[in-house]
Amino acid sequence: MANLSSDFIGIKSPNPFWLASAPPTDKKYNVERAFQAGWGGVVWKTLGAEGPPVVNVNGPRYGAVWGADRRLLGLNNIELITDRPLEVNLREIKEVKRKWRDRAMVISLMVPCDEDSWKDILHRIEDTEADGVELNFGCPHGMAERGMGSAVGQVPEYIEMVTAWVKKHSRMPCIVKLTPNITNILGPAEAAKRGGADAVSLINTINSITSVNLDSFSPEPMIDGKGTHGGYCGPAVKPIAMNMVAEIARGADTRGLPISGIGGITTWRDAAEFMALGAGNVQVCTAAMTYGFKIVEEMISGLSQYLDDKQISLNDLIGRAVPNVTDWQYLNLNYVAKAQIDQDLCIKCGRCYAACEDTSHQAIAMKPGRVFEVMDDECVACNLCVNVCPVEECITMVPMAKGSIDPRTGVKVGDYANWTTHPNNPGFAAE
Amino acid sequence: MEKDIGPMTNSPLTPGIAPARLPAATYAANFADHTPPLDRHEARVAADRCYFCHDAPCITACPTAIDIPLFIRQIATGTPEAAATTIWSQNILGGMCARVCPTETLCEAACVREAAEGKPVEIGLLQRHATDVAMARGLHPFTRAAPTGKRVAVVGAGPAGLACAHRLALYGHDVVVLERRPKAGGLNEYGIASYKTTGGFAQAEVEWLLQIGGIEIRCGVELGRDVTLDQLRSDYAAVFLGIGLAGVNALRAAGEDLPGVRDAVDFIAELRQIPDLATLPVGRDVVVIGGGMTAVDAAVQSKLLGAENVTIVYRRGPERMSASRYEQDHAVQAGVRIIHNAAPLRVLGEGRVSAVEFGYTSDGPAGMTLLPETFTLKADQVFKAIGQTLTYAPEAAMVQSGKLVGPMRNVWVGGDCAAGGEDLTVTAVAEGRDAAEAIHVALTAG
Repeated sequence: MANLSSDFIGIKSPNPFWLASAPPTDKKYNVERAFQAGWGGVVWKTLGAEGPPVVNVNGPRYGAVWGADRRLLGLNNIELITDRPLEVNLREIKEVKRKWRDRAMVISLMVPCDEDSWKDILHRIEDTEADGVELNFGCPHGMAERGMGSAVGQVPEYIEMVTAWVKKHSRMPCIVKLTPNITNILGPAEAAKRGGADAVSLINTINSITSVNLDSFSPEPMIDGKGTHGGYCGPAVKPIAMNMVAEIARGADTRGLPISGIGGITTWRDAAEFMALGAGNVQVCTAAMTYGFKIVEEMISGLSQYLDDKQISLNDLIGRAVPNVTDWQYLNLNYVAKAQIDQDLCIKCGRCYAACEDTSHQAIAMKPGRVFEVMDDECVACNLCVNVCPVEECITMVPMAKGSIDPRTGVKVGDYANWTTHPNNPGFAAE
Repeated sequence: MEKDIGPMTNSPLTPGIAPARLPAATYAANFADHTPPLDRHEARVAADRCYFCHDAPCITACPTAIDIPLFIRQIATGTPEAAATTIWSQNILGGMCARVCPTETLCEAACVREAAEGKPVEIGLLQRHATDVAMARGLHPFTRAAPTGKRVAVVGAGPAGLACAHRLALYGHDVVVLERRPKAGGLNEYGIASYKTTGGFAQAEVEWLLQIGGIEIRCGVELGRDVTLDQLRSDYAAVFLGIGLAGVNALRAAGEDLPGVRDAVDFIAELRQIPDLATLPVGRDVVVIGGGMTAVDAAVQSKLLGAENVTIVYRRGPERMSASRYEQDHAVQAGVRIIHNAAPLRVLGEGRVSAVEFGYTSDGPAGMTLLPETFTLKADQVFKAIGQTLTYAPEAAMVQSGKLVGPMRNVWVGGDCAAGGEDLTVTAVAEGRDAAEAIHVALTAG
């Protein structure tokens, strides 16, 4: 069984699966249950400044998007940071950390944007023996209206400033949690790095309205007839999160900055994908909120098996896909593939045909007996048929051998060539 | 029936043909809805499995070509009423067909998830869910066109006649339906196992169907006895014959006239109409001869009435039975024994049936042959279920291979009495509907 021990910016945990700062890590009871279940670490739910705690709504906090069979694909929330007294949280953090020495304990923080507030909260958490802090610059709802959360995370200068304060007043490893509610993730990531962050974690949740009640005409979750945008998470956001992780992993100024990957991680496979794109570890929330803490057992067994099968270590996995993330302009335009339908696996639903015929390239023929065949002279290898086919591996994209003739274009499959040198590229042609 | 109704102290072991073999409460349980309807949650879960296939094979497999993927998507998106409209647009008896169709050999056999996983989308149950929901809401989403003044006679108020009548009425024609039995519905009302259509659904569906308006049903009128085809031709602009198959094939075995031998269809009809099932006598040892749905319905219901031993004997192998595999399994699960490859030789008994002697058969490419080996089954009741025949005989030109063909001189035909197609409720509906379309074209042309 592969060794899953993780060392993320000096914070050690028996596996790279942490629970993200969120309701599952709000208190000792939950966190202990998580550790019993096998989670490698937690980021304790965000603490605020001393004083009367924030209050939450007393109606629904979550909205959802479902797939077939009511599988939860996306969740949003309008919950705020912890609504429990600071001293209670600090006492419990200390108790849990003392009892679970081998697990990672990181504290999420969000206080007003002034140096004294940050200095004060850092001073207060010193005694907990926590392993590090995560700066919550991400929450898009409620706290942002008060100048915190994503209100900070959307202004790189603030990120850099606050991060610098934290590094100045604490020796703890500092993770800066980024909001995806920006146009380019590199700005905030670079700012965090300039401020001295030891790592970034991303993504926090995405501004969202999950649904509208068509009887009351209010957004969901609905509070007394009204709704507000909440933070979206769950499997639906994974592609967005992975792109942002990859951008930072390969960014000229951010390359090498440790990343804690977050966003819709539900299975070991999701975790492995994030790590291949450069995440040193991962944080999970929605999957645990959907299925309970037990899922970590599958994550542990699955990732172990995968590493064993590949005969690589956890560290070998981290960032392994990053060199293969590139810009569109560098994609090989001489790579030619054709869809191929495995007639033995085909169940004859015809979805590939409908998709191709109605919305794409009219490259699939429907023959008597509901036999669906790809016409190579029309197929542009767009992959839509693969994506809509209900049977895994039934339709595959088969690359054409170099030197063969693409029956669609009549052109010989050549060597690597990309847009930068393509004759149709005005930038290239001008030279 | 043969036996007097004695005190309610009989049991499955009581010899002869006797009523009240079971405690009163057992009848209700035995004849309850065989396949309970899906509730809303179950329907959503089942609907989510549909792949929304292109030019879906289930549609092709449905004799009425219901747009199944569309109606399932309508259920999945919370509009079962719209789903029902989709169903009824093709099949006005979609509620009954959802209950009695052999979906396992039609739409569900064609479902790609049957190919993929051996578990088709539960199309029949979903269809029932949609139509039940819409009927419970009193929805009849069709409006009759302005009256055309044309009158059409429909003979037979079974599935074919009703489907024909509704479609004609929809187009504004005035329809008179002539029915020889006391109630409309045909085999929906008088045939089909009771547990497939509980709660008086057949009559409820007829009532619902008549909401279109413009349809008059005259019960107790029989073609050939009370009215002639020529009269109908002269009195109406068009005639549709959906008269079913009123006759039953003979066993052609000695002793088949002995008391205790009965047509399975009569037994089922009596069962369907009897107010108290405990008063319906049934044998202790019941033998059903035949291999179709009627045989299964008679056998299973005999068992449910408390018969001790019920045996279906079919002259060919299981693959040749017109009762589907599902129906055969259902019979076996109900405790019915099925013997294949045996044909009746003689019905035995002194004054009434006491046993049936069968000869084993061999069914090969050269045809079926009788083997020398024989066996005898004890029987105090024998049901004949070896197929029905046309009893009404119009002009010779209209009959081919014992079935009616049309259209001919303003007479259209459909349902079990008509040549072509399987003798299924859903086929009858399709033929009635299509005849109505043709009649409408004929009546409005020129």
